[in-house]
Amino acid sequence: MKLILKGGHVIDPANGIDQVADVLIEDGKIAQVGTDITAEGAEIKDVTGKVVAPGFIDLHMHLREPGLEAKEDMQTATQAAAAGGFTTISCMPNTKPVVDSLVLVNGLKQRAQEVGITKVQVIGAVSKGQKGEELAELGDMCQAGVMAFSDDGHYVNNSNLFMNALDYVVPFGKRIISHAEVHSLVCDGHMHEGARSAMLGVKGRPSVAEDIAVARDLLIADYIGGKVHIAHVSTKGAVELIRQAKARGIDVTAEVTPHHLSLTDEIVTMANTATKVNPPLRSRDHVEAMIQGLKDGTIDAIATDHSPHAFEEKDREYCFAPSGFSGLETALGVVLTHLYHTGLFTLSEVVDRMTAAPARVMELAEGTLSVGAPADVVVFDPDAEWTVDPKEFYTKAKMTPYEGMKLKGKAVMTLVNGKVVMENGQITASCL
Amino acid sequence: MDKSKISLRNKHILDLEYLSAEEIDLILNTAKEMKKLVGRDIKKVPALRGKSIVNLFFEPSTRTRTSFELAGKYLGADVVNITTSSSSVVKGESLRDTLYTIEAMGTDIIVMRHKAEGAAEYASQIVSSRIINAGDGAHAHPSQALLDLFTIRQYKGDVAGKKVAILGDILHSRVARSDIWGLRKLGAEVHLAGPRTLMPRYIAEQEGVYVHDRVEDAIDQADVINVLRIQLERQKTGLFPSPREYARIFGLNKDRLALAKPDALVLHPGPMNRGLEISPDISYCDQSAIQEQVKNGLSVRMALLFLVLMGGKNIEADS
Repeated sequence: MKLILKGGHVIDPANGIDQVADVLIEDGKIAQVGTDITAEGAEIKDVTGKVVAPGFIDLHMHLREPGLEAKEDMQTATQAAAAGGFTTISCMPNTKPVVDSLVLVNGLKQRAQEVGITKVQVIGAVSKGQKGEELAELGDMCQAGVMAFSDDGHYVNNSNLFMNALDYVVPFGKRIISHAEVHSLVCDGHMHEGARSAMLGVKGRPSVAEDIAVARDLLIADYIGGKVHIAHVSTKGAVELIRQAKARGIDVTAEVTPHHLSLTDEIVTMANTATKVNPPLRSRDHVEAMIQGLKDGTIDAIATDHSPHAFEEKDREYCFAPSGFSGLETALGVVLTHLYHTGLFTLSEVVDRMTAAPARVMELAEGTLSVGAPADVVVFDPDAEWTVDPKEFYTKAKMTPYEGMKLKGKAVMTLVNGKVVMENGQITASCL
Repeated sequence: MDKSKISLRNKHILDLEYLSAEEIDLILNTAKEMKKLVGRDIKKVPALRGKSIVNLFFEPSTRTRTSFELAGKYLGADVVNITTSSSSVVKGESLRDTLYTIEAMGTDIIVMRHKAEGAAEYASQIVSSRIINAGDGAHAHPSQALLDLFTIRQYKGDVAGKKVAILGDILHSRVARSDIWGLRKLGAEVHLAGPRTLMPRYIAEQEGVYVHDRVEDAIDQADVINVLRIQLERQKTGLFPSPREYARIFGLNKDRLALAKPDALVLHPGPMNRGLEISPDISYCDQSAIQEQVKNGLSVRMALLFLVLMGGKNIEADS
């Protein structure tokens, strides 16, 4: 089976390609990138005026399967991913039960093969039940093919456990992902601590809680020689610490979410729980530090932290509502609107942070249009204007702080292993 | 704006943040009329006859709930009280469903107190009944702030240009936050003081709000001193070392009161911990308007209920 994506603007940062070209896909793999490609019997899709790039890789999302299917499941999560231009998503282990053993990793992978329409990378828990007490069977899970480990949602407060985990996985070559917020400083906190929380009377989550947590992780990584990845960086202090650590040669990588690159605590109202997320939406100076950190390479990748919740869970008093919202279907539009259309980033830089960079962080084969690579491809229109209407989302979670906002940039086609799984916003496959 | 056009009819009263100076003025002027009514032998008028008010309290309250209840009854409305300890959480019924139930009974106004910040605002988006916020967590307590403003006006004539000190636990105080909005809208200067652990960080970024480490600096030449209640359980969570130390360093006593203007007014939203945040001799001294605040609270709440349901019509038009 052959397919030619004809006349698009091909951006493949891994190979330094940024020009109008055709892409030939053959038997699920990239066969050729070049001008005026012809191939006998090939289906031709004219993508003139659109961008053709490696499919996006999300290093951080919550799939909610097993056990929390009221929020999201394998089918809706991968559909939402495909709709947003993602071809690989990485699911966090905070499910019911927690993904902390080989059998659960295998189970998820099997489910992904049965009903998933994108690739799914599994992140295993650092500690049994994510309780922060005993190490989970990390080696077993490595053999089952986990991408990385994390007790996401919970900072591993026990420094000894964190150090041991980091040390233990060195021979397996895995990275530990840290949700870095010191618990005692953020417990009961519901938003960024600042002038806005002061007048709303809401307990804040001070930025220093993240700075301290990141500092510890970096120091332990340095001491051990382990590989750490800081999830959803949100404070200027953390960015500066990571910048210094990278300069010193510590093996640290980091991600930032579209919302921490674009929204501030100014939009937080107590009647809109869609604005509740951890780490919280912060003040403008922090947002600017995120943009700068992503630009200069301190922060490697953009990750969605797609955190679906059922309506009835989010529909309640702010302090009782769970944190997080869906992000897969807004990520590209948000990033292009706030980074590319503002002139801060080139298209190639944006694509890099969503493809080659996350692949490099987790040593994945995807994220490139190299000949022979799996044909995971996104075609997007960087200038398509649309208004966010969560009713049109594939995810089950219809709450987003972007509701009603105008965004510029949208995926129009997604291919996984050469198969078209989304076209013009419609899901076109029921499995891979 | 043409003053006669200002109306609160059908509005939710969520916080003073959302009221204009003119609207606050209308409430305070209406409350003045109400106060005359309360002074009468026969207090009841039929202004709100046929209207129904539900006091929905998820937190214990004596003065606010009683005050709203009598306010409604003096104006002829039917008033029902629902007091429940965070019932929606305990019983598993969501706040949305509780509100739907009350709305379905034809309730015109829901007076609501809840421990969650923003609960009243959330309610206002759900039901057609009008919501009056009687306290939402540490966020807002508009009727208390309005009665504070009313009391300041009564004794000081005007709020504009006055130096108002607010002392104590600002961090957990919905009264302080609503006072700040109201005082600023009417042109007063707000000076906050208390232990730094009970002061919201970054609150000094609010325009016209000054934060002092020493209560003496806040009290200095003040026209009004509002003393907030210190909840003793805060001590257990490590926010201040002991009640004794609090009283000595941060409490309002005679010596500290002497730093204010000679005719400075002392307010307290109640209930007081006499001997802790306020010394017993000051609680009922000549400068204290604490009892008057309670009286004024009734008038202000009558004004709120009346204005929300009837707009600016003559109070006794139907009588």
